Amino acid sequence: MMTVDTARAGHMLEQAHWAARGYSTFDAATVQRIVAAVADVAYANSQRYAEWAVQETEMGVVADKVRKNQACSKGLLEFYAGQDFVSPRVQVQQKMVQIPRPAGVVLAITPTTNPVASVYFKVLLSLMTRNAVVVAPHPRAKECCADAAGLLGRAAEEAGAPIGIVQVVDEPSIPLLTALMKDERTDVIVATGGSDVVRAAYSSGNPALGVGPGNVPVMVDHTADLKAAAERIVASKAFDNSVLCTNESVLVVEESVSSQLERAMAHAGAHVLDQESTDRLRSYMFFGGHLNTDVVGKDASWIAEQAGFRVTAKTRLLVAPIESVLPDDPMTHEKLSPVLALVRVPDVQRGIGACRAVVRIAGAGHSAAIHSEDPRTIMAFTAGVPVLRVAVNIGASTGCSGLGTNLAPSMTIGTGFVGGSSIGDNLEPAHLLNWAKIAYNADISAPMDSFAGLDPAHAPSGRTPAYPMASNATHSSISASALGARVEAAVSSRLPHGATEQFRDEIRQLVAEELSQLLKG
Amino acid sequence: MMHDYGSFSFDSKAEVLERSKEYWNPDKTQFWSNAGVDLVIDKREGYFLWDMDGRRLVDLHLNGGTYNLGHRNPEVVAAVTAAMEQFDIGNHHFPSVARTALAERLIQTGPVGLTRVAYASGGGEAIDIALKSARHATQRRKIVSIVKAYHGHTGLAVSAGDDRFSKMFLSDRPDEFIQVPFNDLGAMERALIGRDVAAVIMETIPATYGFPLPEPGYLEGVKALAGRAGTLYIADEVQTGLMRTGELWGITKHGINPDVLVTGKGISGGVYPIACVLLSDRAGKWLTEDGFAHMSTFGGAELGCIAALKTLEITTRPEVRSMVHYIADLFGAGLAEIRGRYPDWFTGIRQNGVIFGLEFNHPEGAKFVMRQLYEHGVWAIFSTLDPRVLQFKPGILMNDALCDEVLDRVEVAVQKSRDDARTGSGTAA
Repeated sequence: MMTVDTARAGHMLEQAHWAARGYSTFDAATVQRIVAAVADVAYANSQRYAEWAVQETEMGVVADKVRKNQACSKGLLEFYAGQDFVSPRVQVQQKMVQIPRPAGVVLAITPTTNPVASVYFKVLLSLMTRNAVVVAPHPRAKECCADAAGLLGRAAEEAGAPIGIVQVVDEPSIPLLTALMKDERTDVIVATGGSDVVRAAYSSGNPALGVGPGNVPVMVDHTADLKAAAERIVASKAFDNSVLCTNESVLVVEESVSSQLERAMAHAGAHVLDQESTDRLRSYMFFGGHLNTDVVGKDASWIAEQAGFRVTAKTRLLVAPIESVLPDDPMTHEKLSPVLALVRVPDVQRGIGACRAVVRIAGAGHSAAIHSEDPRTIMAFTAGVPVLRVAVNIGASTGCSGLGTNLAPSMTIGTGFVGGSSIGDNLEPAHLLNWAKIAYNADISAPMDSFAGLDPAHAPSGRTPAYPMASNATHSSISASALGARVEAAVSSRLPHGATEQFRDEIRQLVAEELSQLLKG
Repeated sequence: MMHDYGSFSFDSKAEVLERSKEYWNPDKTQFWSNAGVDLVIDKREGYFLWDMDGRRLVDLHLNGGTYNLGHRNPEVVAAVTAAMEQFDIGNHHFPSVARTALAERLIQTGPVGLTRVAYASGGGEAIDIALKSARHATQRRKIVSIVKAYHGHTGLAVSAGDDRFSKMFLSDRPDEFIQVPFNDLGAMERALIGRDVAAVIMETIPATYGFPLPEPGYLEGVKALAGRAGTLYIADEVQTGLMRTGELWGITKHGINPDVLVTGKGISGGVYPIACVLLSDRAGKWLTEDGFAHMSTFGGAELGCIAALKTLEITTRPEVRSMVHYIADLFGAGLAEIRGRYPDWFTGIRQNGVIFGLEFNHPEGAKFVMRQLYEHGVWAIFSTLDPRVLQFKPGILMNDALCDEVLDRVEVAVQKSRDDARTGSGTAA
């Protein structure tokens, strides 16, 4: 059923398609300028959007969200500095030349847990690879996301990107999202969110990059630096109150070092619960086996209070000891809150078994962490636990997301075939484009021509698209910008709010352009 | 094969043509057969038409913008279909929910200074209302338009246009309807100097004359002269409105706030006939004095208002405005490339947004091109009052793949029509 919303959203995709067509011809220098301008604006607003996101979603920690926003703006720019997703690559030896072909229109579905960081991340990745992007935020984070996407889009256009290169669905809903995902004008869906959304993305008929849920085991063996491990685990679980899908869910520790580790964790701000508190917590956090979403991203002390016991206000993390990793115990499932299940095991081998059991419950193909000084254990752990990244001697929240490790910094963690996903890496720019390959005859007698200096991309000559001036307009007649201002003056100011604002922004931009040209010339 | 249309059926296209000549319009039916355009439109959807014989054509005629949003635009069809559960034509004597809602929306989105809306069932009637309103407001009788103007076929509208359509019906009235050459401010000044002219009526870009573009400053000059002479400025935006120039109303690109603005064709969504006249306080004075002075049973029919509201909503989406700019950009560049390959034949491009007049080097050049386009899957029409020029009118919701395809088809047709014109084959009708 076509509603006004879905029809209009279709037009967003159509406009994005036009913008992508224009942008796909832009050269590396222009793309770099646009990406840098957008990253700058995003970075400068990290704090504001961190506050806004926490306020709107009632999840997470402002300071940590600031760090994520910074990592997903300037951090990304620095990480990918010097990488070129625009220019042809000549491979003389293989007698091949590769030309990048952007996906086109990226439909970016962003979650409520990491709202603005995900918007930053997906917008910048799209822009780096010369794609247009339509952001569809989670309804619970729609305001901060729409504002951020709008800001980034304006920054991109001011830096010369085609009009409509970044758009956002202001009023997201499930039928609208479904329509966008199925629309043939969507070239690729990048879905982060619940497994329903991911499955819907894959069944839409359009190419999709969706990732499965996490449920991260972390193992500490007797060789680990226990003090460091304790501090790292507590910091990681406390980071943004565990809303990252890479946060530790179940801690598996060798019995011989368990009490030492627990003391160190308590020292770092964890509260290890007794049996009664653990039971209260379990019954508060799960009804009928399902996570009570009220707890997602909340402070540890708030959760304790709701569950019916008290901890000090400084408590950063609740540790709930459980006997074994069996799916019947909901504490072994993903919790997205600063609550960590704790299982003590006799040895490393059974520890690996417990971690396999965690991932069997949920989180296949996602992430795990290990604190150990023994490479044989680390190897055996990685071989045994079916995940695609293992963070070593660092917190999983940040480490598996590429903050503090050399994994690609990412808000979308590929869970691979085992996790029902088409990608196994952390989502990175390379996932949003294909390469057209020019392949020469491999026979040594067939020469390959030189492609040095050849590049089909070019710098745009002006605004994309050009303002539709009459074809007989002369240089002495009116400029495009003055014309825009004139049209604004001629229409009443009673247009619907959104339309007027966008229109006025466009006019302001045109007027600014004209002024700067006047000043130059 | 039987062609069954539910309420009626025909055995063949030939039968339709034969009966069309017998019962409908023998000359027009014969004209198209002679012109090599044997089209009887059957199915229609988006920017495509299908002839009864099953051949698909891309519609770049759009009936002057009637199908701006494509044929049977699904959003407009859905809106009108839903409305039919509650509405019909309505009663023109009474205030109406649909007429009020549409009028409010037109005024909200229209040029500054226009305050009221009067309704018609078609563009000609709307022009008549505009001219009557101007005469009442100024208590003057004369109307100035341009040579080769076209404003419709009803009583006053036809007199304001080229005598091609008025003389034969003894409806030309040169004493009251003065015509001046387009783009000639001096002539306009002389026409207005007696301060006895009620209104100047101008299409922002004269469509039927092949979309010659107003020279920079011309319309602005006309508006200023009219203002000085106490004459109203009527903007006929029937073909230039509804985002075709990349703005909702083409006249606003000239910085002109007209006294009257007329819209028709496309405002119907191509689904239910309606035309609208937007009037300033001064021009709409009769509406406060004697609201029964002009009446129209079908004017502002409520189902038409629904179609128009939906059309206006779609057209004013910021995404759509931007898309029109992209389409204009793509066609502008693509046509210039083709022109560069056939410079002696394809001699000029007049463009403002997605309004194009393509000039060819033969007094009836556009007829050759029209025929070859038709052969190659595109329906675009020559300009009746200047058949050297082809009207080329892409829809505002065309996607880029279709634009590319149309350009491919145009290239072939331009080349072949050049050969036809040289050899005199495929003679224009």
